[in-house]
Amino acid sequence: MLHYVLRRMLHAVPLMIGVSIVGFGLMHLAPGGPLAVYTLNPTITAQDIERIKVVFGLDQPVYVQYVKWAIGMFTGSWGYTFFGGRPVLVVILERVPATLLLMGSALSIAVVVGMFVGILGAVRRYSVFDYLATTGAMFALSFPTFWFGLMAIYVFALQLRWLPSGGMYELGAEGEILDLLRHLTLPTMVLALVIVATWSRYTRSSFLEVIHQDYIRTARAKGLRAPAILFRHAFPNAVKPLIALLGVQLPFLFSGALVTETIFGWPGMGRLFVDALTMKEYPVLMGMMMFTAFFVIFSNLIADVAIALIDPRIRLG
Amino acid sequence: MTKINIIATATEADGGVAARHHGFIRMVLRRFLRHRLAVAGAVVVVLLCASALFANLLAPHDPTFLDTRHRFLAPFQDMGFLLGTDELGRDTLSRLLYGGRVSLAVGLVAMLTTIVSGLLIGLTAGYYGGWIDDLLMRFVDTMLCFPQVFLLLVVAAFVPPTLISISLIIGLTSWMEVARIVRGEMLYLKEQDFVQAARALGAGGARIMFRELLPNAIAPVLVAATLKVATAVLMESYISYLGYGIQPPLASWGNMLTNAQGYFDTVPYLAILPGALITLAVMSFNFLGDGLRDALDPRLKMD
Repeated sequence: MLHYVLRRMLHAVPLMIGVSIVGFGLMHLAPGGPLAVYTLNPTITAQDIERIKVVFGLDQPVYVQYVKWAIGMFTGSWGYTFFGGRPVLVVILERVPATLLLMGSALSIAVVVGMFVGILGAVRRYSVFDYLATTGAMFALSFPTFWFGLMAIYVFALQLRWLPSGGMYELGAEGEILDLLRHLTLPTMVLALVIVATWSRYTRSSFLEVIHQDYIRTARAKGLRAPAILFRHAFPNAVKPLIALLGVQLPFLFSGALVTETIFGWPGMGRLFVDALTMKEYPVLMGMMMFTAFFVIFSNLIADVAIALIDPRIRLG
Repeated sequence: MTKINIIATATEADGGVAARHHGFIRMVLRRFLRHRLAVAGAVVVVLLCASALFANLLAPHDPTFLDTRHRFLAPFQDMGFLLGTDELGRDTLSRLLYGGRVSLAVGLVAMLTTIVSGLLIGLTAGYYGGWIDDLLMRFVDTMLCFPQVFLLLVVAAFVPPTLISISLIIGLTSWMEVARIVRGEMLYLKEQDFVQAARALGAGGARIMFRELLPNAIAPVLVAATLKVATAVLMESYISYLGYGIQPPLASWGNMLTNAQGYFDTVPYLAILPGALITLAVMSFNFLGDGLRDALDPRLKMD
């Protein structure tokens, strides 16, 4: 097992290097380069720009810049924001809890509901429920997240006045759990909708594939009851591709979180990204790209290890 | 196994190819028509494309004409403005038609970009294998680590937003799955006898890739293309909504929504209509793609 984990970690190394090259390349290919915020400012003279270039080390050859920047990435010195001069890593880490809370709650609700719908759909294939669920999932996958968010705000916040339309806390209620939950409900619902759809579809096809295999027929022939077959025999095999899906879906989830946070004014990483974009805060944007990419690589690693724990063929083969 | 294949190839060469091909298309069509939602999707796609194509004939007004006497008309309130007007008195129906033209054009161009880049990378990786395959597939893995909306926004924020640039950006950030699908097909196909035969006849790499392998991988690519139009339309609406996509006064379904957001609590229909059209378009392409997948799936050939 240790061998497998180590081998899998080695696979992550070229990926991290690749991610850093793409990130660095994007930063330097963009018009104006990393100094866009200065070069686009008419009050800053050409001499000033030259001086700033020297300060940031941008007068050196590209590969030297890359190596320095990459070493900084891996040692935690991610640079400073243009406005305010705060360390980028701190600025990002401040926003992580809000995003993880939103993504975590949406994901757990979506996974539970999605798997329930998917399993039921697979067991009662071609039933009315199955038909409604697959069609409904297609519907949900086609909603633009922000539009669904706007509709939810219109109905639940503006018309019915059940829930707040945005933010994380009411003024003066910072840190109150109940207030937080009230604010969390709508964004979670919106973000969960798309994930439920994907999860029910994948669960359905994964279970369908498994429950038609010979060992399930054998179990049935032995006279085992349906729930025992489903959960003791089918579940471990059917759940493997779903664990992999969890890792694969993460970038998608970040994208969804960005849009959801923008609609609901949720103070997370997506919000930070959009704000950094309007201010042309390059260091923050690049930091965010790297942070999410590393997070995705790490989660995929965890997912692979989890699958290997379930399936001995993978860790030994 | 090889023996059977040779016999199969021999009968095919006997001239049964054309007839069999014809039969295949008929079978696919029959299976597709059985999929009711896919047929509905196809019909809606055709209608939407036609309305976008003929927007200039169908639109009752100039989509950018400001008519300050008729601001915020509700749908069906004034028959001159069937679906009402926005905050500047522009006709919503005309804007939806012209916006559809922009959104669908972005969807199509982005899809083409996706398919071409995905095909080139997938074909090269799958056909040559070895270190080329390793390198290209690590590149695919790398690109898949970034959330697409993040990539889109970073590039879109620094490139002048035009219809073409937006489409290219969307296309160049979403080709990875296509490349994987095509590569997978290649790995299987290149071991088949007809490829060996072509190679024995002295065909070069490019000829084998584009004349022998590509036509055999067309079914999954067609399905992916349809589904990619759906995601591209969705992506256009995301970045236009966030202000980095198609710029006003040019209307797209995405930026019409941004606009409508400001008057959301008083005139919700301004936001409901473009959103509903995005959903309708995306869903139709999704159903169409799903139906095509079922119809073209070779594993179901027997029925």
